[in-house]
Amino acid sequence: MKTWLQYSAGRMTIWLPYIWLLIFFLTPFLLVAKLSVSETAIAQPPYIPAMNFADGPFGWWRDIKKFTVGNYLFITEESLYWKSYFSSLWIAFVSTMLTLLIGYPLAYGMAKAPREWRPTLLMLVILPFWTSFLIRVYAWIGILKKEGLLNQLLLSMGVISDPLTILNTNVAVYIGIVYSYLPFMVLPLFANLEKQDFTLLEAAEDLGCTRRQAFWKITWPLSMPGVIAGCFLVFIPAVGEFVIPSLLGGSETLMIGRTLFDEFFANRDWPISSAVAIILLLILIVPIMMFQRSEARAREAGR
Amino acid sequence: MNRGWSPFNITSVVLGFAFLYIPILILIVYSFNASKLVTVWAGFSIKWYAEAFANQSLVDAAWVTFRVAIVSASIATILGTLAALALTRYTRFHGRFLFSGMIYAPLVMPEVITGLSLLLLFVAIGMDRGMTTVILAHITFSMCFVAVVVQSRLVSFDRSLEEAAMDLGATPTRAFLQVTLPIIAPSVFAGWMLAFTLSLDDLVIAQFNSGPGATTLPMKIFSQVRLGVTPEINAVCTILVAVVATGVIVTSISLKRQELQRQRAEQLAAQA
Repeated sequence: MKTWLQYSAGRMTIWLPYIWLLIFFLTPFLLVAKLSVSETAIAQPPYIPAMNFADGPFGWWRDIKKFTVGNYLFITEESLYWKSYFSSLWIAFVSTMLTLLIGYPLAYGMAKAPREWRPTLLMLVILPFWTSFLIRVYAWIGILKKEGLLNQLLLSMGVISDPLTILNTNVAVYIGIVYSYLPFMVLPLFANLEKQDFTLLEAAEDLGCTRRQAFWKITWPLSMPGVIAGCFLVFIPAVGEFVIPSLLGGSETLMIGRTLFDEFFANRDWPISSAVAIILLLILIVPIMMFQRSEARAREAGR
Repeated sequence: MNRGWSPFNITSVVLGFAFLYIPILILIVYSFNASKLVTVWAGFSIKWYAEAFANQSLVDAAWVTFRVAIVSASIATILGTLAALALTRYTRFHGRFLFSGMIYAPLVMPEVITGLSLLLLFVAIGMDRGMTTVILAHITFSMCFVAVVVQSRLVSFDRSLEEAAMDLGATPTRAFLQVTLPIIAPSVFAGWMLAFTLSLDDLVIAQFNSGPGATTLPMKIFSQVRLGVTPEINAVCTILVAVVATGVIVTSISLKRQELQRQRAEQLAAQA
């Protein structure tokens, strides 16, 4: 009896989280896939179920024959959707590059800081990550709007004579993404740069390299794993971003997360939003796999 | 040659941190602004805090958010810790590949998809949307974060300690509760904190899965922000930032103290 109890306690560690995820992660996901091939209907809920589990195996086959690719065809025909996908990828790419541009010097400076300061600096990078994402995005509205603080500052310094329109443009979206995801870029970069052996640079300079050459020939190539990890950590979530484009972006800011949200809540078209979600996942699988592989390679190298 | 903290390095660190912190500082400063106009300074005042507390719908939303975060973080911590144990202890079991996939996938899944998929589940099983569905949704995505945090600690855990306890007659469960759990406790607690703040912060998943009477604070803030920036929202945000920042700082200091104590105890043990 006791051994059976012990055995089942051990099994529980696996089965409890396993079953939870099967119910609340995998099943919902399959439902999205199923709904993406169902037809839209004006009903509550607004779709015709494409497959009914109660039908039994023969019924399922009948159901499968009724699957429609109409939603996917609609997405490829409607320019709003593919424009949203491309524009999401582009905005995420530009923001990732900007984040790298700002994050690299920051991580580099931190890695070179006196040793006893580094834990504090690291803590300071992590702290904003704990404060609400929504609040951090919200904070920029007051700064970027037409009568906002940035325009007031620039006007009073005489840099500009008319207030700039930044809020509700793509520029504001870039700022928002860079700001929100900067810690994701800095952390892997810092972890990499801090471990680097800076005596290599001295050796390079002794052999006649300038500081700039030494950086590009030694530090930069050695920091590549950190750069790659940081870029993926920013790019992947930025593609599906919803909060930033809807608060800081304008009507011309097309991002797929926002399109999906509007399709669902404003148009109440559940099958189309499901198809949009499935395509978004298929697009994201490529960078995610690339990221996993580069991480695995980094782990191998670390061993 | 100076290889250390050059002016360039100092400048980039100072500018980087200025970029990270100035927006939040501005938000906090303007929550104490007497003027209704968020961008014009008109003297110090705490009247927006009074108004925020007098706004019943805001207080209700805060209360809902807090309850959701406490419950979901606690259950997510239990499930996440079990998942971390399963991943590190049982290297071979049926469906391990699927299991680890389901742990890591929610970490990179866009929130709109997680939110949408869970909503479809709740509709399919005919569950009314409300606080329970938001809690279930939050447990699901935050347990994966807990699992990753706890797993990183378990990997370096010395299992011979547990084996020693079992040699001395402890059952596996007892060995886990009395030996393993106290040692990994800091990471379990860090996982709980992470799950708590994730839940506190979540807008998108709550928006999909919440129903009437279960409006969370982020949902409330989001709907008000669309109408414009108000000092009242600034005040609410300041309170949230203060609560989370205090929690994180106190936690990290106490964890550091624990770590120091542990090291000292180990040194003493080594000397004895």
